[in-house]
Amino acid sequence: MHEYQRLEVTEVGDVTVVRFRNRRITEDIDIQELGSEMFSLVENDNREKLLLNFSTVEFLGSAALGKLITLDRKVKARGGVLKFSNIGSNIHEVFVITKLNLFFDIKEDEVDALAAF
Amino acid sequence: MATVDVEITKIDPWLWRYDRVIASDSTMARRVLDEMLAQLEAQHWQQRDIFAVHLATEEALANAIQHGNGRDARKNVRFVCLLGSDRIRIEITDEGRGFNPLALPDPTCDHHLHSPRGRGVMLMRAFMSRVAFNARGNGVTMEKDRGQKENWK
Repeated sequence: MHEYQRLEVTEVGDVTVVRFRNRRITEDIDIQELGSEMFSLVENDNREKLLLNFSTVEFLGSAALGKLITLDRKVKARGGVLKFSNIGSNIHEVFVITKLNLFFDIKEDEVDALAAF
Repeated sequence: MATVDVEITKIDPWLWRYDRVIASDSTMARRVLDEMLAQLEAQHWQQRDIFAVHLATEEALANAIQHGNGRDARKNVRFVCLLGSDRIRIEITDEGRGFNPLALPDPTCDHHLHSPRGRGVMLMRAFMSRVAFNARGNGVTMEKDRGQKENWK
């Protein structure tokens, strides 16, 4: 298993729960590193059921959305499942405006999301 | 009444003016962005508005540095911020050739979902009260009215 600098990775049953160490997912370097770490979960660690818990995230922009779309594609290509939870109201608006709330499987909280795998 | 009107026009509508030329570097962009956000906090703007201004400015600066100046360290970005009691105006200009904002793909369309283009400008328009690009397309002026609902609602 890899060490993750940007992510906090735990396991609940067969689901990998991921939290973010950065409150703001913005700067180029964060985004690149964050993307690499998220992709590594799928490509190197072979995690098939991923839950991204956004409870620690206060801000994210379009660059982060791009990484999430790529992650979703990588997960689906391997027959896996990706869900999101605990998205705050401001960030939820970002998903709604871009209509990505319809693309991603977003649950209210971690309990709801885990029950839906 | 006329004298009162004259008095009003003499009042500077801006409480804070900030004008910086920065290198095409995300660390420099972070610095001017944080200066601006600190002013909004100091003026007790609500968190919802601060998030909106933060997001739009972040997207505009990223566009200027990455797409406008192509991350060329020899090219600069001018960042101008005017903060009034009920409105903020941000002007960001790069040294690039400019682009046509009307030619951006619709990022909400399935066909363009995996394209990185267009989502940033869409968020700028949605979260700010007004967004206008100059004719060359290398400069954007954005305004946010304090406490106003977002454009997309």
